[in-house]
Amino acid sequence: MALDTVASAKSNPDISQPFAELGLKPDEYARIKEILGRRPTSSELAMYSVMWSEHCSYKSSKVHLKQFGDKAVKTDALLVGIGENAGVVDVGQGYAVTFKIESHNHPSFVEPYQGAATGVGGIVRDILTMGARPIAVMDPLRFGPADAPDTRRVLPGIIAGVGGYGNCLGLPNIGGEVVFDETYLGNPLVNALCIGVMKHSDIKLAKAAGAGNLVVLYGAKTGGDGIGGVSVLASETFESTGPAKRPAVQVGDPFVEKVLIECSLEIFAEDLVVGIQDLGGAGLSCATSELASGGSGGMKVELDRVPLRDATLSPEEILMSESQERMCAIVEPSKINRFLEICKKWDVTVTVIGEVTDGDRLEITWHGDLIVDVPPRTVAHEGPVYNRPLAKPDYVDRVNAEVITVKLPESAEEIKAAVLKLAAAPNLADKSWVTDQYDRYVQGNTIQSQPDDSGMVRIDEKTHLGVAVATDANANWSYLNPYEGAKLALAEAARNIATAGAKPLAVTNCLNFGSPEDPGVMWQFAESVRGLADGCLEMGLPVTGGNVSFYNQTGSVAILPTPVIGVLGVIDDVRTRTPMSFDRAGLELYLLGETQNDIAGSEWAYLHGQRGGKAPIADLKREMRLIDLLVTGNKEKLFVAAHDLSQGGLSATLTEMVLRHGIGAEVTLENVGQTLISESPGRVVVAIDPAKSNALKDLAAKENIVMTKIGNTGGDSLIVNGAKIALSELRKAHTETFPKLFG
Amino acid sequence: MGKIVVEVMLKPEILDPQGTAVSAALPRLGFNFAKSVRQGKRFEIEVEGEPTPAQLAEVEKAAEKLLANPVIETYVVKAEK
Repeated sequence: MALDTVASAKSNPDISQPFAELGLKPDEYARIKEILGRRPTSSELAMYSVMWSEHCSYKSSKVHLKQFGDKAVKTDALLVGIGENAGVVDVGQGYAVTFKIESHNHPSFVEPYQGAATGVGGIVRDILTMGARPIAVMDPLRFGPADAPDTRRVLPGIIAGVGGYGNCLGLPNIGGEVVFDETYLGNPLVNALCIGVMKHSDIKLAKAAGAGNLVVLYGAKTGGDGIGGVSVLASETFESTGPAKRPAVQVGDPFVEKVLIECSLEIFAEDLVVGIQDLGGAGLSCATSELASGGSGGMKVELDRVPLRDATLSPEEILMSESQERMCAIVEPSKINRFLEICKKWDVTVTVIGEVTDGDRLEITWHGDLIVDVPPRTVAHEGPVYNRPLAKPDYVDRVNAEVITVKLPESAEEIKAAVLKLAAAPNLADKSWVTDQYDRYVQGNTIQSQPDDSGMVRIDEKTHLGVAVATDANANWSYLNPYEGAKLALAEAARNIATAGAKPLAVTNCLNFGSPEDPGVMWQFAESVRGLADGCLEMGLPVTGGNVSFYNQTGSVAILPTPVIGVLGVIDDVRTRTPMSFDRAGLELYLLGETQNDIAGSEWAYLHGQRGGKAPIADLKREMRLIDLLVTGNKEKLFVAAHDLSQGGLSATLTEMVLRHGIGAEVTLENVGQTLISESPGRVVVAIDPAKSNALKDLAAKENIVMTKIGNTGGDSLIVNGAKIALSELRKAHTETFPKLFG
Repeated sequence: MGKIVVEVMLKPEILDPQGTAVSAALPRLGFNFAKSVRQGKRFEIEVEGEPTPAQLAEVEKAAEKLLANPVIETYVVKAEK
C-alpha cells in the first residue's frame, strides 16, 4: 500500500476508508473528518480508532464515572486523583502509595498464559509510570463452572501467566479472588492490581511540557504483536471480530520489564524526566497523544526512528502496536545524555523519536512525509461521549420476587453436612493450589497474603509502616441489586482491611460488565457506579482511579455485573496487626454484627441452584462503626484474631479460622441454620482472651455494634451445636477440591 | 522405523525472548554472524514403518491441539527417514 500522507488525504479526499472494520461508527468517522477538515490519513484513522475505542475512551462510561469526582470527599490524603495513570495516596511518614486495578479479560480468553501475564505487566508499568516502585500485585480472577472443560483450558494458563510474570519481576502476589460462575464461561475475568510506593516528592505525571524537550521511547523494540488488540479485542465481542490480519495477542518478557523498572527508577531518582507514560493499550498512539494533550499540545514525532523488531511494519501498525515493556518519556535536552547513559547501563534500547513544540498539533512524519497532523486533545481526551440508553431489565423484579426455599441445616447431621459442603465448594475451598504458584513472600516484606482477609506489605523496614489491600465483588448481590451490590462490595473490602487493624484510605475499582449497547447492562453499570460513588462519599473514601471493561459476554448472555472494588488501608506498625486466626485454646469467640435472613444470593442458595430473592441493604454507617471498633480494638490489643464473614457466612469463616493453625472451636448458635449460612453484611468473628471481654463489651457498646458470644477455642474439631467435625475431615474437604479439579 | 517431525516456531511477529537472548549472547562470545535469532522447538515422533498419510493427518491434528499454540505459533509436519 502506498504511504497515505496528509498531502494525499487532501488531494484524494474521497477514497473509501475501512473505518467500520476498525470499530468506528459512521458518525464517529464523520466527526473525525469534521475535526480535521478533511478525511483522515490511514495513520490518523488508526490512531482515532484505537483511542476512541471503548477501552481507551470510556465513551459509554464517562457520563457515569463523573460521579466519582462530583461526589468525592475532600481529603488531604489524595495526592493525585482520577485521570492520571494511577491515583496516589498519602500514607504518612513522607510515603505515598499508588495502586490501581485493570482488566485483561479478553486477551486472557484467547491466549490464557500470555493474556494474564501481560495483564500483570501492564498494570505494573502503570504504577511505575507514577514514579513509584512496584511492591506487590493481586489478582481477582473469575471463571466458568469449576468442572467445565473450558475452565480447565483457561484456568491453569491464566494462573501460570499471573505467577510467571509476577514471579520473574520479583513481586509478591499478596491476594485476590478465584470465583466460579456459569456466566464467566467463555468470558473469564482477569483483573490485575498493583501497589507501588514512593516518596511524595517523586510523583511523576503524564504530560509533555516545554517546547524543545525531547520525546524519548525506551524499552523493548516495537513488533507486530497485539495490533488491534485494544480496538478489536477489548471493545467488541469475539464473534464479530473475524480473522485478524496480525495476531491480536501480545507476548511479554518479564525480564525486560524488570530491567525497565530498575532503569526507570534510576532515571526518576536523578530527576531526568518532565513527563512519562507507559505504552499499554493503543501503544504509541496513546502515549504520544496523551503526553501532548497533557502538556501544551504540540509535539513532533519521526515515526521511522522507532526501533522495530519486524522491519516490514507499516506506520499504521507501528502506531497501533501493543508490544510490551515500552515507555515514553519527555526529557529536557540538557539531561538527555545522562538519560541515554542510564539506559545504556541497563542495556535498554532507547531512541529520541521527536520533540515538544510550541504549537498545538501532534505531527508525525514517516521518512520526512507528514502522515499525522491532529489536535492531540481530540484523540486523547475529547473522544465521543455516549449517553447510552438504559433500562431496568425485566429480570430484576422477577428474581427479587422469588422466595428462597432452600432448606437450612437443623439437625447435627445436617449441620455437619452443610459445613463440609460449603468448605469444599469451589468458590470457598482452599485456594493454595492457585496461590502456591505465586511467589507470595519475595522481597521479604509480605505480612499477609492468601488466606488472610487482605494482603499486607511493610513499606518501611525501620518504622514498620505498612499498607493493606483487599479486593472484593459479590456478583450474586450485584445481579439482584447492582446499587446495593457495589456498596456491599465496598464495605466488604474495607472490612477485610480493618479486621487486621488497618485504616481504609482509598478505593480503586475494576468494573466488569456486558455490552453497553444493551440498555439492561447499561442500567446495571449506572446503578453500580451510583452505588459505589454514594458509598465512597458516605464512608469518606476517595476513588483514586479504576478501569471499565465492557463487552464481557458470550453471545447475548452478559456476565453477572461484577464491580471489583479494591480498598487500600494503612497500618502504623505491621507487627501489631490482628491475625485472621487463633493459635491457642482457651479463647472466647464473639460474633460482631447482626445476622439476618440473608440467604438470597448466598453461596448456599447458589449451591442449591437458587439465584433469586433480595440482596441485603448496605448500612454503611454501621460498617464504619464496625471498622472503628476493629481498628481501635487492634490499637488497644483486644484481639487475638479477627476474621470477616462474607461468602459462605459463619460456616466458611469458622472453617478458615480453625484450619489455619489446627486449633478447633466449639460454638453454640441460636437459630443455627440461619446463623451459620446467612451472608448478612457487616459481621466479623473475633477471638479474645477472656480477661478482655469487658473491654470488648465496652467498645462494642460505644460503637453500637451488636456482639454475641458464640463459643470458645480449643480441641481438634469444630463443634457447632453438638455437631462434631474432626479438623482432619474438615481439612480434607476444604483442600482436596482444587487438586481434584485441576490436577 | 519411520519418524514424523513437527517443527514449531513462534509466528514471526511475536516477541521471542529466548531468541533475543541468544542473539545478544552470540557477539559477546565472539560470534558475529547473526543478524537475528529465533528459537523454536522440534518434536520427533516415532511410528511403525513408513509414516502414512493418515498418520501425518493425525499428527497435524495433534500439533494444532497440543504441540503448538496456534494463537501465537506456526508448525510444520513432515515425514523423515
